[in-house]
Amino acid sequence: MSLIKDDRKVADIFTRIDNDAAMPESGSVLVTAERLEAEWEALASRADPVGVIWPNNRPVVDLAPYLSGLAVVALVFPIFRDGRAYTQARHLRERHGYAGELRATGNVLRDQFLMMHRAGFDAFEVTKPGDDDAFTEALRRYTMFYQPAVDGRQTVLRQRLHSRGIG
Amino acid sequence: MVAPQQQKLRVTGPVAITGNSLAEGIVVWRTADGTWSRRMSDAAVVSTSEEALALLQMAEKDGINAVGCYVAHVATDSQGRAKPLNLRERIRTEGPTVALPGQV
Amino acid sequence: MYIYDQFDRTFLQQRVAEFSDQVERRLAGQLTEDEFKVLRLMNGVYLQLHAYMLRICIPYGTLSSAQLRMLAHVARTYDRNYGHFTTRQNIQYNWIALKDLPSAMADLATVGIHGIQTSGNCIRNTTTDHRAGAVAGEVDDPRVWAEIIRQWSTNHPEFTYLPRKFKIAVSAAEEDRAAVLVHDIGLRLLDDGNGRAVFRVMVGGGLGRTPFVGKVIRENLAPEHLLSYLEAILRVYNAEGRRDNIYKARIKILVHELGAEEFSRRVEAEWESIRDGYLKLDEVAISDIRSRFRYPDFEALQDAPSELVAALMNPAFARWHENSVGRHKVPGYAIVTLSLKPVGGPPGDATAEQMDAIADLADRYGFGEIRVAHEQNLCLPHVRQKDLPELWRELDAIGVATPNVDFITDIISCPGLDYCALANARSIPLAEALTERFADLDRAKNIGRLHVNISGCINACGHHHIGHIGILGVEKNGQEFYQLTLGGKADENAALGQLLGPAVPYDGVVDVIERVVDTYLDLRQGEDEIFVDAVKRLGVAPFKERAYVAD
Repeated sequence: MSLIKDDRKVADIFTRIDNDAAMPESGSVLVTAERLEAEWEALASRADPVGVIWPNNRPVVDLAPYLSGLAVVALVFPIFRDGRAYTQARHLRERHGYAGELRATGNVLRDQFLMMHRAGFDAFEVTKPGDDDAFTEALRRYTMFYQPAVDGRQTVLRQRLHSRGIG
Repeated sequence: MVAPQQQKLRVTGPVAITGNSLAEGIVVWRTADGTWSRRMSDAAVVSTSEEALALLQMAEKDGINAVGCYVAHVATDSQGRAKPLNLRERIRTEGPTVALPGQV
Repeated sequence: MYIYDQFDRTFLQQRVAEFSDQVERRLAGQLTEDEFKVLRLMNGVYLQLHAYMLRICIPYGTLSSAQLRMLAHVARTYDRNYGHFTTRQNIQYNWIALKDLPSAMADLATVGIHGIQTSGNCIRNTTTDHRAGAVAGEVDDPRVWAEIIRQWSTNHPEFTYLPRKFKIAVSAAEEDRAAVLVHDIGLRLLDDGNGRAVFRVMVGGGLGRTPFVGKVIRENLAPEHLLSYLEAILRVYNAEGRRDNIYKARIKILVHELGAEEFSRRVEAEWESIRDGYLKLDEVAISDIRSRFRYPDFEALQDAPSELVAALMNPAFARWHENSVGRHKVPGYAIVTLSLKPVGGPPGDATAEQMDAIADLADRYGFGEIRVAHEQNLCLPHVRQKDLPELWRELDAIGVATPNVDFITDIISCPGLDYCALANARSIPLAEALTERFADLDRAKNIGRLHVNISGCINACGHHHIGHIGILGVEKNGQEFYQLTLGGKADENAALGQLLGPAVPYDGVVDVIERVVDTYLDLRQGEDEIFVDAVKRLGVAPFKERAYVAD
């Protein structure tokens, strides 16, 4: 697996901890939603960063109380065409103001990188060979975007008005 | 004529594996030597669901040459070669039953 | 007509480049069919029985002559010289090769046409009345709003992987000719009583396995809130629509299972947080879109010019004029329907030669503009009345002047088992047989307005549920059978047809329909009571009684 963050491959400093595994004393950990909710006090007092893997069938409003203490929120694409995590991502960024790492996990493929990026993801767990190398190119596929999104890319309308000296 | 991909597999007579060629979408039939032919008479014909499933699995692994593969019930001629059994396979083999626009 | 500019064109070029790359990677085996299928669907590429099918988007049914010529070029160069116009104002090519797609799509992009989102679990072509901008009584040109929706929904980062397909329709006239009540979202632009245009929003309409008429969830939405409200609806659907069963995945199921009230509450809750955000449409944005629609420079003319009056002495011309020419909101002009329903021919098709000829006629007589009706006919929306006689001669010469618009032989049909991998039965030859039985023009005229809709399977692409006579192909023991329904309607009083009786084998359908029609002629309260109204008044029983009794 390659982790892409800020447009390049980086080492993943987080370890996934299963529900029944012992929690290591130190180190950055990624836990499940159940574990997060059950052990929050202990997790919040850790010295190292904590992240959660949030399932795509739970509303992120349930995650809101924990956000200020989380370094990573990992959302899930069980199959690439299950698009619920796009809505979760936008809610986290736009409704709840989450500014930490928002990681795409699961069936994450190069033809969806740009959509994910626009929806607010800034980290990508890529497992298909070769897709990690295609990341930068995938993000450059389009320079025209019709609708505003949290990525701040200028819309076609604004570009058009700008070119006419309006707005 | 329920779309075969939606049917459960129940082999009640001779069957063959068919699909469409990836690059052109043309109807193709799986042969006994593991290739694809445009001629239905070249198709490998089997008559049990185990054999059909095995053939289908091999065909599906070959996703570079054919797509949309399924098990089709067929009729056979006197030499045991496949020919259309139902209307759907007849249409796939012979084309639409109506004249195309502009054709006389 | 919406004028594409450099920004729209750049987007299209980028889309073509993206899809060309995906095709190349698929052919090289770097993408599996599972990974690729979704991508090709989102560019309008289906696999049918004989070949791939390419569905090209015609936004709100409006084409320029240059665009129609390009459609002809694609038919000639990459297909078998014809195209099929669909019930969602799109065009389909039935014989496309995957390897030709990058080239075909690059050609289409040069005139601003594409297959973007004509399939797949995303927001599809937003459709409207094909007479938009020409017919009187519209609160506003619905195409302006359809274009605003089109841009918002194109390549949307959040709504590209929905539970299922999503279809939106807009209408702005009193008579709804966009079937908004059977769409996932239906929008009616209305006058709020104080001269302001507002939207009535309906959700959860749709045909197919479980047909529903849409429910009103908001009576008057100010236009500036259109996009934020749509976003709220789509967001609730994306998060909560069912993904466990493709037959239960449309928004109509979610609305049905939650109830319209609860569904509406969730939408309103979501909307509250975003209504004043960046999706709010300001005047600058709306004006920009509106300014990109060009309208003809209409001359100041009178109705009923002498050329027209004189030509009406010709009975054939008069018959066509009465049938195929509609009132235009500007005096001296007319809306002309071109029937693509020739007797004995496949409904809704046009050859490349016909397309080229129609493009020329649009340039000479119609300001270069053509419309596609969801009844699968074409339309020249702005024709001078004094040009009608000449135009008619030319239309007749290319075979698109059959005076059967809205009559029993103006059949709406899906492609059926002759083409489609999902079909149970054929639809086209049945349509052809029906047109032959009722070929006599006087007889068809006497029967009057009667919409026959044929679907080859339960997916209902022929919209049979809302046909005055609906025909659904089913399969029984390897034979083609057809279920008939009566009394469906697609307009502002939308209703689903009622089952007539037992399914009828292929060979019996035309006779049964003839007996149904004869029953209507016997029982109607004069010529003014059209078929569907007679069915409403009488119920299905008297028709059933006579339909199944052989002479």
